[in-house]
Amino acid sequence: MDVRADPTRQLVRLRGRSYVAFVFSPVVPIVEWLAEIDATLARSPGFFVGKPIVLDLAAVDLSGSAIAHLVGSLQQRSIRVLGIEGVDEDRLAADMPPLLTGGRACVITRTEPPPKAGPADKPKPNSLLLESPVRSGQSVVFTDGDVTVLGSVGSGAEIVAGGSIHVYGTLRGRAMAGVNGNPAARIYCQKIEAELLAIDGYYQTAEEIDVSLRNRPAQAWLQGDTMKITPLN
Amino acid sequence: MAKVLVVTSGKGGVGKTTSTAALGAALAQGGQSVVVVDFDVGLRNLDLVMGAERRVVFDLINVVQGVAKLPQALIRDKRLENLWLLPASQTRDKDALTDEGVGRVIAELSTRFDWILCDSPAGIERGATLAMRYADQAVIITNPEVSSVRDSDRIIGMLDSKTVKAERGERVEKHVLITRYDPARAARGEMLGIDDILEILATPLLGIIPESQDVLRASNVGSPVTLNNAESPPARAYFDAARRLRGEEVAMVVPSERKGFMDRILGRRAA
Repeated sequence: MDVRADPTRQLVRLRGRSYVAFVFSPVVPIVEWLAEIDATLARSPGFFVGKPIVLDLAAVDLSGSAIAHLVGSLQQRSIRVLGIEGVDEDRLAADMPPLLTGGRACVITRTEPPPKAGPADKPKPNSLLLESPVRSGQSVVFTDGDVTVLGSVGSGAEIVAGGSIHVYGTLRGRAMAGVNGNPAARIYCQKIEAELLAIDGYYQTAEEIDVSLRNRPAQAWLQGDTMKITPLN
Repeated sequence: MAKVLVVTSGKGGVGKTTSTAALGAALAQGGQSVVVVDFDVGLRNLDLVMGAERRVVFDLINVVQGVAKLPQALIRDKRLENLWLLPASQTRDKDALTDEGVGRVIAELSTRFDWILCDSPAGIERGATLAMRYADQAVIITNPEVSSVRDSDRIIGMLDSKTVKAERGERVEKHVLITRYDPARAARGEMLGIDDILEILATPLLGIIPESQDVLRASNVGSPVTLNNAESPPARAYFDAARRLRGEEVAMVVPSERKGFMDRILGRRAA
């Protein structure tokens, strides 16, 4: 498709440039054609979102109001029509997409893989689940997100997480959350007997943890640059 | 096919060698053919506890290095004909052991015995990792004190990652054996409780061996406690543990203090 700027006004420099757009060629009956579009959308919702769409009305003979209705129907489906071609200019009202001319067919290079190829590049998991206890001397480092431990974290063991740390057993070792500079990360545990807690570089050692909290469910978070440790129930 | 069992702890002095000898003898007394293998190269003790120190000619290192054949190094117990010892070398160090050599010895032993009990050295270095390397089962010896429990936790982590079974994605069957349990001190709250230990280690309990002079007496005369005085409390606890290893259901007995006559009449002091 070509966009031609009117060259009469030279106050603003205008240049022509062609772009690739999807072309819709509606056929009669329009209602059935719209149903076809709906079916496509049902398979891959949002497939047309943000895509430049051009309506080619050469195959149909629609009145001005019919065109307006079609553009409106597409808009309801979140399909924005960039321009219209293959129709007399006088049928288009002022508030309708502009008439385009000089379009050429080309191969559409998909900027995103087809929907079925989606699972192939699944986003990296942003949490890590450990179903067995973390033993003394083991160090679990997961900088991409949260770490959840179903068992206990032994004395002398270490959990390092980019996000929050959840321990459903007793936390006896060291837990360091938000290591990538995430002050919103927290540490939760079913029983707190930790040797050291750290969030985003701020830490507290076992000695500084209030004795009344020991052996109870607790969470630790950052308030400004002080670490708060409070019971969970 | 033999069951390969490693007796390990991480910490030293908790009773690995005593327990290896006692469990080995208990299994042998139950009719199983058993070999106890000393992996504590350079600091061997199992030969002393088994009373075979004067009959050692060849050892594990010699067999691993191919200097001696396995039957030359195996020592048969004088009291039980189905109990054997493969001693360690006292003059070499643990670097003389190789993964491949140990694997070959274990494979050869498994064709001849029902049970292979590997007595691990303390620590987490080469000797200890090679002792557990080919194990199907592990007995983790723990004393009721925090340092021992933490070291055991560390060893359990290694059993779950450094053994051949773990690398194949299988699991080493693990048991905790609590030794040197002193009922009097436990009653006074001076020792870690059984529940606390099991909660920390998250591993099933094989048995509780009470602290007893019988253990020391037995090792001084070079005899596993289960052979020396089979009726003593520690021996009975080891027999129960051995039966549990063979898959029997045996009720767990927590040793308690036997109150003497004077305790009964002067047991409670008024404030």
